[in-house]
Amino acid sequence: MTLPHASDSAVGEKRARLRARALLPLAGMAIVLALVFFALDWVGTDYAYLAAYTVLQYVVLATAWNILGGYAGYVNFASAAFFAVGVYTSVIVYKTVKLPLIATMPLAAVAAGLLGLGVGYLTLRLRGTFFSIATLALSVVMSTLVVNWAYVGGSRGVYVLRPQTIDFFGPYTRYLCIVMLIMAIISIVIARAVERSWFGRGLAALKDDEIAAECAGVPSLRLKLAATALSGALMGAAGAPFPFFVTYVDPATAFGLSIAVNTIAMPLIGGTSTWIGPVIGAVLLGSLQQIATVTISSALNLLIVGVLMVIFITLAPNGIVGLVQKIRERRA
Amino acid sequence: MSGASVLSSRGVVKRFGGFTALSGIDFDLGPNERVGLIGPNGSGKSTFVNCLTGALPCDAGKIDFGGTDITDMAAWRRARLGLARSFQIPRPFRGLTVRRNIEVPLAFAAGLSDQAQIEAEAEEVLVRVGLAAKSRKAPRSLSQVELRKLELGRALAARPKVLIADEAMAGLSDSEVDEILVLLMQLNDSGIAIVLIEHIMRAVVRFSQRVIVLVAGAKIAEGTSQDVMSHPEVVRAYLGQ
Amino acid sequence: MLNWDLLSNALVSGVLLGGFYCAVAVGITIAFGMLDIVNIAHPAFIMIGAFIAYFFNTSYGVDPLLACVIAAPFAYIGGRLMYRLYYLAFERHGEESLQGLAFFFGLLFIIEVGLLLIFGVDYRFVEARYIGPGIEIGFVSIPWRMLIGLIVGLAMVGGVALFNAKTFTGRAILAVSQDPGALRLVGGDPVHVKEIAFGISIATAIIAGALLIIIQPVEPSIGRDFIGRVFAICVLGGMTSLPGTVIAAMLLGIAEALTTTYLGPSWAPAVSFGILLLTLGVRPSGILGR
Repeated sequence: MTLPHASDSAVGEKRARLRARALLPLAGMAIVLALVFFALDWVGTDYAYLAAYTVLQYVVLATAWNILGGYAGYVNFASAAFFAVGVYTSVIVYKTVKLPLIATMPLAAVAAGLLGLGVGYLTLRLRGTFFSIATLALSVVMSTLVVNWAYVGGSRGVYVLRPQTIDFFGPYTRYLCIVMLIMAIISIVIARAVERSWFGRGLAALKDDEIAAECAGVPSLRLKLAATALSGALMGAAGAPFPFFVTYVDPATAFGLSIAVNTIAMPLIGGTSTWIGPVIGAVLLGSLQQIATVTISSALNLLIVGVLMVIFITLAPNGIVGLVQKIRERRA
Repeated sequence: MSGASVLSSRGVVKRFGGFTALSGIDFDLGPNERVGLIGPNGSGKSTFVNCLTGALPCDAGKIDFGGTDITDMAAWRRARLGLARSFQIPRPFRGLTVRRNIEVPLAFAAGLSDQAQIEAEAEEVLVRVGLAAKSRKAPRSLSQVELRKLELGRALAARPKVLIADEAMAGLSDSEVDEILVLLMQLNDSGIAIVLIEHIMRAVVRFSQRVIVLVAGAKIAEGTSQDVMSHPEVVRAYLGQ
Repeated sequence: MLNWDLLSNALVSGVLLGGFYCAVAVGITIAFGMLDIVNIAHPAFIMIGAFIAYFFNTSYGVDPLLACVIAAPFAYIGGRLMYRLYYLAFERHGEESLQGLAFFFGLLFIIEVGLLLIFGVDYRFVEARYIGPGIEIGFVSIPWRMLIGLIVGLAMVGGVALFNAKTFTGRAILAVSQDPGALRLVGGDPVHVKEIAFGISIATAIIAGALLIIIQPVEPSIGRDFIGRVFAICVLGGMTSLPGTVIAAMLLGIAEALTTTYLGPSWAPAVSFGILLLTLGVRPSGILGR
């Protein structure tokens, strides 16, 4: 079968237009983030930096989760385990070679990515539910490992000394905040690139119908494995600065329920079909929780997140983004 | 014919638990040939298609595609070699637009990498199957016959050498059946060998150069449609059950 | 040197534990194996059962097991209502994979935090005559509370098996587990049948909760340790098979008891995950599967 090709000039023009369209929202986002950062510096307290850090950390986790969960439809319940792999990679590095944080983060990403590959290799050939169930149990087994591993503190935990200041960046809390900001930007750029690439379209196809996707030439197992590893790696990287953020790490905080729940609730509430959904969910819920922990208990706080999530998936399965789209369509 | 065939099987067996769905099927398809595969419900037609395309592993036998042994090959690799299928019940990617549905096999099975070229070729495929006007629509807005066309378009976009159309006309009206038949003939004219699995005898007779009859997982007759229709076993299987 | 004393004690306590795991997992074999409803919140319902037993035992002195047997019919009704909601919101649209999973995850989490807010993080326990003592046979000791777990667990599986074999509804449940379409052909309503079966599944969780708090002190978050266990048993047992569930529960119980004896109790939670991953990776059809 031969198809006549579209004229070259038209194709080139289209390509340039695509590229311009792709850059616009990124530029907008960069401006918003810069403004937020100036505001933080203007406030200038540790609390402001650390609150921003927490929100940004959730942006990374929610965005990472959505690469597998939103684009491919495979529900990963083990976000806390992937995050904790990053946390404890960082602890081990801290106790041994003391690499700088930015060198530790790629290591944490690799470790968590390998975990994703391993679990994925065993379970991704089966129905999606089996993968999800395996990830549920994964958190339990990883925390069992850490509890029994005295070197990283066991169940009692381990202290990490956080320097007061660091060259060029001033207060260490400010530095942590900048690191997580960059991490958030990297995650969003990756998620957005995945979404627009053939990798992402292949994931979307297999999400809808795996057999039909295979028959269209989509190597579904490979794509799923790649998505699991990528998603896990980003979560691991997000965990690496955590020991310096809390300065005391124990399994209960590293494998915390709040991480597992928020990471799933944020994309589902924001909307899973595009990169912007998890970002909206994370910024909204993350900020609300930062404000709310001052007034109500953290358990009640999480309860609200859980209830919100159930309400959203039952009544608005496409999240906030879906609601906005629906309103727009109705107006048009 | 086996030397010149693009797709062939030898002794393909498929069991589900204790039930034997296919008991040793030999099958050959020549280049640019049009073959009809018929048989009553539960005769193993769809199972055979699933074994050929890799949706199901077979328990014994060999499958060859243009000289390559594809018996144990993953479905997506078979699709890349040029073995495409449409599904009995349309299975569009519901989250993607009609054009994006066509783009998936263009990018993966046909291996195109340039986005602008993929988009242009997808539009051309949509013109060929008569869905150009629906390019940006969601699959859920399509009618039955349009969904069938989308199935064929997606198979076509894989740039296949062989197309297996699994009941592409079930549940359509007479004029719609004709539409699909014309389309399949056009595809065949462009050099694609086609296996048509069908219940609608009129369509099979009109379309096929050769007809194969499966009953209870075994091939009971093979030949021109006239020969096969007068075959005593076929008559018994269709009328006497 | 192998210590026979230690080994035989470990094996016996493994079988006893396995009996309790039958009670824990039978509901998942119904919900997940037979009905294809991935109720990951099942352990949370077990925790609700445990705290029902705790509440009525400490406030009114009711026997923990009796309290949950009385509560079971209410749980059955609650389970039916929950399936209705699940069906209307997800299953009807074919959206059960992603959103259904997230829904049950949300439930799991809401229940855990809810119990936490009501009962706090302290370990709670119940009082009953059979909790302290046990039987000594040679050097093997059998605590009464574990024996009750074994007896009630096996009785629950037996009861469900009897129900499935003898009643019309039970046979319909089995039919649904084979092929939901087939039941519709003979005039049955698979949604109605699934609703009843899911109600039974939740009722078993409540009773398993009573056994749990009889066996050990309980706090809300230990429910999570049972997620790996129930699914490991269900998958290893071949998803739909009740005898498979019993065998798999015993195997897991013995494996955990041996791990506890030789490696220490802190490793026990990892055993079920190992079994689950191994089964999924090597033989996803389970021990009794085809």
